[in-house]
Amino acid sequence: MSHVFHPGHHALHGITVVLETHGAETFVGRFDSEDTEGVHMLDVGVHDGGAAVSKEEYIRRSAKFGIRADRKHLVVPKDAVARITPLGELGG
Amino acid sequence: MPYNSALVAPMREEMTRMGIQELTTAAAVDAALGDQRGTMLVFVNSVCGCAAGNARPALRLALEHGVKPRQLATVFAGQDLEATARARQYFSDYQPSSPSMALLRDGEVVHFVHRHQIEGRSPQSIAADLTSAFDRHFGAAV
Repeated sequence: MSHVFHPGHHALHGITVVLETHGAETFVGRFDSEDTEGVHMLDVGVHDGGAAVSKEEYIRRSAKFGIRADRKHLVVPKDAVARITPLGELGG
Repeated sequence: MPYNSALVAPMREEMTRMGIQELTTAAAVDAALGDQRGTMLVFVNSVCGCAAGNARPALRLALEHGVKPRQLATVFAGQDLEATARARQYFSDYQPSSPSMALLRDGEVVHFVHRHQIEGRSPQSIAADLTSAFDRHFGAAV
């Protein structure tokens, strides 16, 4: 990440990310912060493993058409986080 | 709740100094976009420093390019709520984010730049993508 504009915040603060969990859910939204509760995300789209579209297709659509926010604020426990990737790096 | 108007005034002025028409009411949006012909860019402005702080200078750089939209307009998300909501109705295939940019040709969105395509990038890099989109979509129209 080449530009960090919020001194004192996490490097990903304000960045739209794809958060993959160890479970069936994947979250796409703005990374806000990380604390003892976990990762706080804002305006979050949720993909469940049982959905009609695949995770890859869901991410591709989110990159192209934007994120349909299912949750205004979401906290993902740290131990549930498998990988966090800026959506902008995944292209569209 | 909108920020103090004095705080956002420089962000508005950064746009109007580029010759971009500021749309602050739904009626103004309809007048500009209702029967839009030719090429147009709509910039959804934002107070967000990490994204809009680079998107505005990126647009300024991109507008130095030979090929560019003939019409330029802006709405301010989180400030001019009615105007922003109305503008988003004209590109409703795309989920709202700010800052963002819609490129239109004869009323149709031909390219959309989301917030996630702006975050963490330099103005030069964003401008390069924008001018590429100008060439691709507006090259024959200007």
